[in-house]
Amino acid sequence: MSAPLLRTEGLAKSFTLHLQKGTRIPVLRDIDLTLTAGECVVLSGPSGTGKSTLMRSLYGNYRAEGGRILARHRGDWVDLAGADPRLVLEVRRDTLGYVSQFLRVVPRVSTLEIVAEALTLRGTSHDEAVERARTMLLRLNLPEPLHALPPATFSGGEQQRVNLARGFIGGHPILLLDEPTASLDADNRDAVVALVREAKASGTAILGIVHDTPTRDAIADRLFHLTPLQAAA
Amino acid sequence: MNAPLLDAPLLEARDLRLSFGSIRALDGVNATLWPGEVLAIVGESGSGKTTLLNVLSGRARPDMGQAIYRDPEGAAHDVHAMPAPQLRALHRSDWGFVHQNPRDALRMGVSAGGNVGERLMAQGARHYGSIRDTAIDRLRQVEISADRIDDLPRTFSGGMLQRLQIARTLATHPRLVFMDEPTGGLDVSVQARLLDLIRSLVARLGIAVVLVTHDIAVARLLAGRILVMRHGQVVETGLTDQVLDDPQHPYTQLLVSSVLQA
Repeated sequence: MSAPLLRTEGLAKSFTLHLQKGTRIPVLRDIDLTLTAGECVVLSGPSGTGKSTLMRSLYGNYRAEGGRILARHRGDWVDLAGADPRLVLEVRRDTLGYVSQFLRVVPRVSTLEIVAEALTLRGTSHDEAVERARTMLLRLNLPEPLHALPPATFSGGEQQRVNLARGFIGGHPILLLDEPTASLDADNRDAVVALVREAKASGTAILGIVHDTPTRDAIADRLFHLTPLQAAA
Repeated sequence: MNAPLLDAPLLEARDLRLSFGSIRALDGVNATLWPGEVLAIVGESGSGKTTLLNVLSGRARPDMGQAIYRDPEGAAHDVHAMPAPQLRALHRSDWGFVHQNPRDALRMGVSAGGNVGERLMAQGARHYGSIRDTAIDRLRQVEISADRIDDLPRTFSGGMLQRLQIARTLATHPRLVFMDEPTGGLDVSVQARLLDLIRSLVARLGIAVVLVTHDIAVARLLAGRILVMRHGQVVETGLTDQVLDDPQHPYTQLLVSSVLQA
């Protein structure tokens, strides 16, 4: 039995829209999810059931409303629900990686530097970080001439691969992947599948939202099903 | 169960209050800045954000409340109880202030190198050669070439002036820098370069920053934590991306939803 690295207990989340007369939208309730080292769990359920909301709540991008989000961080369990922002930032730097669907970066910074920064923030020397960033970008089929350019003018698929490079290069023990293959062709999907398998083999716990079936079947060890709450609310 | 993060805050605002006539510019503001972090203060014009920056940095006095600064030895100082010479010394060494308008900070009749060197001399540097070498190094950090060192600031563009102000401010490697709309009033292309520069310098030198901006995109890119002000009060505070992507307070929801998408 592998060690659990991430666990939620009774996680709940709703949104209150003050600009829409305080409408309250419940999205998640009583979520108990465990993620162990070396496994990949894929969230399933129709659109609008809160898969992305769960992912963002785990990362601290959304504020958990109830329950606990326990992460194994530097050998201790920490509760990320309602944690001090500084602790969340530290956990993100060292323990919890996230590949979002959208690339959000400082304009005019080169692709190579954006990817390398994921390593320099954690103390890797700049030269080594740049070298590893180059290798990772090439693995994801982003040719060298693009490395010096900022990704603003890249296609959707190219931007997504910059995001993937940045997410995988850090080697975080827990990795969240939000539709990592959404705008990729078959070759690039294969490259992502290979990266996920390698990460799993080295003990990374992975939680994903993956809509394309071949990729899901290739990486998922099990599915975690979410059911819509709004009908019941 | 979460282990405490062991360091002490660098700067703390405790129940700061300041009124201008019937207007409450600061209405019970509490805030904490930790070593090495960037804290953004956002809010619309008149929300009190610049007043807070001025009070925290000792440039204005509160009616009530305290601003507490912890020095490198760990001793706590009430910024407004400090003797004036001590506060001035702090502003010349451990602290820096980046103004929206660089002309407010620079000496326009003194060369670029002189502007940087002045701050080094104020901290005690006396050897001309080493001051000049350090000035060249600081100018290089902000991407101003060494051959401009003897030029007067009035020959510089707006973006270069702002970079020169940053070079001057960071010359002494301060621990804490106050920034008031540092990219305001600049072309977007110049602004992008300056954002990257501020971000990398602050990360590399481990400087703590209090950043006042009305531009929440700037806050998102630079700050780990954010504080949203309205009518002199802090309405919401937390992790920058959480406050901007999942705002809880009605005013923050309005602020975030009012931003134009480029």
